[in-house]
Amino acid sequence: MLQRIRERLSPTDIVMWTIGAVLLVMIIWGSVTTLVKGAYSARQWIDFIIFGLAQGSIYALIAMGYTMVYGVLRMINFAHSEVFMSGPYTAYYFAAYFYRSGLLESHPVISMVLVFIISMATSTVIAYLLELIAYRPLRGAPRLVPLITAIGASFFLQYVFRGLYGSGFQAYPVIKALESHWTAGPVRILKYQALVIVAAALLMVALYQFTQRTRLGKALRSVSEDKEASALMGIDVDRMISMTFMIGGAAAGAAGVLYAIMFKQVHFFMGFIPGIKAFTAAVLGGIGNIPGAMLGGIFLGLVESVGPSLFLDGLGIVAPYQLKDAIAFTMLVMVLIFRPTGILGERLAVKKA
Amino acid sequence: MNPVATQGFPSIRLGLIGGASLVLLSLIGMVEAFNQREIVSDVISMGQTLLLFTAVFIAYLAAIRGRERGQRQVFGAGITAGLIMAGLLALLVLLGHGVNMRQVFINASPALFQTLIFQQEELWAGIGLLLLAGAVTGLSAGLLCLLPGQLRHFLISGLCSVAIVGLLQDMIAPVLSEWGPLADLNDLLFPGNGLSVSGAIGLFIAVVVLTAVWSFKGQAMQTRIQALPPRSRRGLNLAAVLVGVCVLLVLPQVLGLFLSEVMTIIGLYVLLGLGLNIVVGFAGLLDLGYVAFFAIGSYTQAILTSPELGFFNWNFWQALPLAVFFGVMAGVILGVPVLKMRGDYLAIATLGFGEIIRILVLSDFLRPWLGGAQGIGKIPKPEIAGFEFATPPQLYYLILAGCVLVWFISWRLRDSRLGRAWMAVREDEDVAQAMGINLVATKLLAFATGAGFSALSGAIFATKLGSVYPHSFNVMISINIICVIIVGGMGSMPGVTVGALALVGLPELLREFADYRLLVYGAALVAMMLLKPEGLWPEPTRQRELHEVEIAAEPAPLAEEPVGPRS
Repeated sequence: MLQRIRERLSPTDIVMWTIGAVLLVMIIWGSVTTLVKGAYSARQWIDFIIFGLAQGSIYALIAMGYTMVYGVLRMINFAHSEVFMSGPYTAYYFAAYFYRSGLLESHPVISMVLVFIISMATSTVIAYLLELIAYRPLRGAPRLVPLITAIGASFFLQYVFRGLYGSGFQAYPVIKALESHWTAGPVRILKYQALVIVAAALLMVALYQFTQRTRLGKALRSVSEDKEASALMGIDVDRMISMTFMIGGAAAGAAGVLYAIMFKQVHFFMGFIPGIKAFTAAVLGGIGNIPGAMLGGIFLGLVESVGPSLFLDGLGIVAPYQLKDAIAFTMLVMVLIFRPTGILGERLAVKKA
Repeated sequence: MNPVATQGFPSIRLGLIGGASLVLLSLIGMVEAFNQREIVSDVISMGQTLLLFTAVFIAYLAAIRGRERGQRQVFGAGITAGLIMAGLLALLVLLGHGVNMRQVFINASPALFQTLIFQQEELWAGIGLLLLAGAVTGLSAGLLCLLPGQLRHFLISGLCSVAIVGLLQDMIAPVLSEWGPLADLNDLLFPGNGLSVSGAIGLFIAVVVLTAVWSFKGQAMQTRIQALPPRSRRGLNLAAVLVGVCVLLVLPQVLGLFLSEVMTIIGLYVLLGLGLNIVVGFAGLLDLGYVAFFAIGSYTQAILTSPELGFFNWNFWQALPLAVFFGVMAGVILGVPVLKMRGDYLAIATLGFGEIIRILVLSDFLRPWLGGAQGIGKIPKPEIAGFEFATPPQLYYLILAGCVLVWFISWRLRDSRLGRAWMAVREDEDVAQAMGINLVATKLLAFATGAGFSALSGAIFATKLGSVYPHSFNVMISINIICVIIVGGMGSMPGVTVGALALVGLPELLREFADYRLLVYGAALVAMMLLKPEGLWPEPTRQRELHEVEIAAEPAPLAEEPVGPRS
C-alpha cells in the first residue's frame, strides 16, 4: 500500500501538497484565533458578507465573458477587462450629463436604464470589433499566438481610452436615492449594494435562460461543444463566435456600471484588477461553465471580503486589507495547481464525454 | 450587378477604415503631441507625417485592389480612398467647430483642428485644402502603385530615411556637432527644429542612390564573399565582430551623457530580454510574472548593501552573487507549482505570482524588512579598486559586461543538450517526454536560468538607481519584456537586441512618445502576431516552422481544432 502511494507520488507532488497543507493550516489557525479573540462583531461580519456578495456578483458577471469565450475558442480573452472598462467609462459622460441636467435627480430609474444601455452597447461594440480585428484572422494559429494578441489588444485598448478620455479618475455621479440603507434586525444593507446584487442576479438568470432555452443559445452551446459538427448542421460558426463575444461584452458593460455605482469612479486602468479577479472566478468555477462562473465569482467576492479579517488578522498580520488581492491571486494559483477543472468542472467533463 | 458598386466597394471600405483610424489617431492626441517636432522644418511636422504615412498606406492598398481590375482603376480607387479619408477628417473638424467636444475627448482641442486644416484662417478654405490633400494622396499612392517594383523600393526607402533622420534629430545632431568636420554637415542638415529643406532633399537623393547602387552591386558583392575560401571568410567575420566590439566600447564616449543613459536602459532590457528569451523563446513557457525575479534581484541587492536598513552593509560585488542566487532559487520555487500547466494557464498563474510579490513588497506587513511603499534608498555604487561606476557612461560598461556574459551563456546553452531539450519541450511536451527528456528538470532549469539573468539585471538596476520602490516592479515591466522578445523574434538573441533598441530605445529618444508607449506596444504586438509572427530578426528554424504551419494549414483549415486544457 505505502509502496504504491510512493510510486504514484512524484517529488513535485509532495512539495505541492505540503505547501497546500501549510496554507490550509495557516487559514484554519488564523480563523480560529480571530474568532476566539472576537475582534469583530456579528454586525461587522454581516457587512463583510454583503459587501462580498455585491463585489462577487460583479465578478461573476464579468466572468461570464471569459468563460463563454473560453468555451467556444479555448482561449483566454485577456482584453475582456478592457471591454469591461470601455462601457462605464463611455457611459460616464452621459451619467454626468444627466446629473448636470437634473434628470438623474428627477427620474433616477430612466436615467440609470439609459446609462446601462449605453454602457452595454459600447462594450458590445468593442467586443465585436476586438474579435473581428484581432482574433478572427488567427483561427487555427498556435495557441500562444492569440494569447499574445489578446495581451497586445488589452494594452492598446487601455491606452486608446486613456488618449480619448484622459488619464485622470472620473467621479461617477452619486444617486441620492441609493445612498440610504435598509435595516432588518442585525442585517443592514446599503441600497446600492442591494441594487448591485439584484441587478447582477437578474442579468445572470436571464443570460443562463438565454443559453438554455432559446434557439440562438442552443446554437452557441453546440458551437462550444463541436465546431465542425455545428457547421455541418448549418450553424454559422463565425457568427456564433461574434455573438459570444458580444453577449460577454454586454454582460461586462452592465457589470461595469454596477462597479461604477459601487466604487463611484472610473479610470482607464480600472479593468485590469477586476478582469484578473473575474478570470480567477471563471477558473474557480470551472472555465467554460456558465453556472460555475457565477458560483466562482460569488465565492471569490466573499473570500476577498471576509478573508483578510478572518484569517490574516488572526495570524497577526498588520493591515491585512492590503493583502486582499494577494489572497485572490494565491487562490487562483492554488486552484490552477490542485483543481484546474474548477468547482463544477467535473460535471462538465462527464457531460462532454 | 452594378459594375461601379462592385469596383468601388473595396476602396470605399478601405477608405472608411483608414478614415476611422486617422480620426482615432487625431482624437487620442497623437497628432497634436507629435506636432511639436518638425521633420522638415516649416514644411512638415511629425504629427502630419504620421497622418500622411497612414493615408498613403491605405490608399496604396486600395490602389492595389484597383490594379487587379485593370490599370485604369488604380487612380480611381486611390483617389476614392484618399477622398473618403480626408472627408472623415473634415467631418471631425466641422463637428469640432460646431460642438465643444473637449468635455469628453480631452484632445479635441482647437489646435488639433487647426493642424488638420493646415492652419488656414478660413474654415472652408481649410476643408477644401484637406480634401485636395486627400485626393493628392490618393493620386500619389496610385502613381506609386504603377511604378516598377525597384523604383518604388528606392523611393520608399528614401522617404522613410528622411522621416527617420528627422525623428531622431535629437540623437543625431549632438553626435554630429561634436566631430569637427561633421559639424558643418550638422549645420547644413539641422539648422533649427527639424531638417532643412535642402538637407532633406540631399538626404533623399543620397539614400535613393545608395539603395540603387546596393541593389545592383550588392548581389554581386555577396556572391563574391560567398566565393571566398572559408578561411578568409572566417577572417572577414572576425573583423566584423571586432569592429562591432570597438564600436560598443567607444559608444558612451561619443554619445554623451543622455544617450549613454538611454544605452544603459536598453542594456538592462537586453539583459532581461535574454533571460526571458530562455523561458519563452527557447522553452516555450509564457511567463507573465517575470518582473518578480527582477524585483527579487533588486531587493536582495538593496537589503544586502543599503545602509538605510543597516542589516548587512555589504558592497556591490559581495551582494551580486547572492542576488543572482536568490533569483535562481525563486525561479525554482515559483517554477515547481506551475510545472504541470501549459499555455494560457501558465501565463495567468505566473502573472498571479508577479502580482503577489509586488503586493507583498508594498504591504505594511513586511515593511520593517522591505521598506514598504517608501522603498529602500542609499544603495552604494559598484567599485573596482577605487574606480566607481557612478555616471551613465561608466555604468554602461558594467551593463555591457553583463550583457556579454549573459549573451555568451545563452548562446552556449542554446546549442547544448539542454538547449535542444528546451526546444523539444517548446515544440511538443508529450513527444519530448516520450523521447526521454526529463520535463521537470528541463523546465525548472529554464525558469532558474531566466530568473538568474533577471535577478542580475535587477541588481544592476538597483545600484544604477540607488534606490528601489515597489512601484518599479509592476506588471508593465513583464509586458514590456514580452513585447521586446516578440517584436524582435522569439528565441532569437539578435532579435532581443533589435527589439530592445526599437521598443525601449526609441521611446526614450522621442519624449512625445512617452504617453503613447504602451498603446504602440499593444498595437505592435497585435500587428506582429497578425502579419509577421516570427519577429523582426527571426531565428532561422522558427521562421521555417511558422511558414510550414501556414503551408500545412492551407488545405485543411478545420483540422487545426484548438485543444482544451490538458493539465
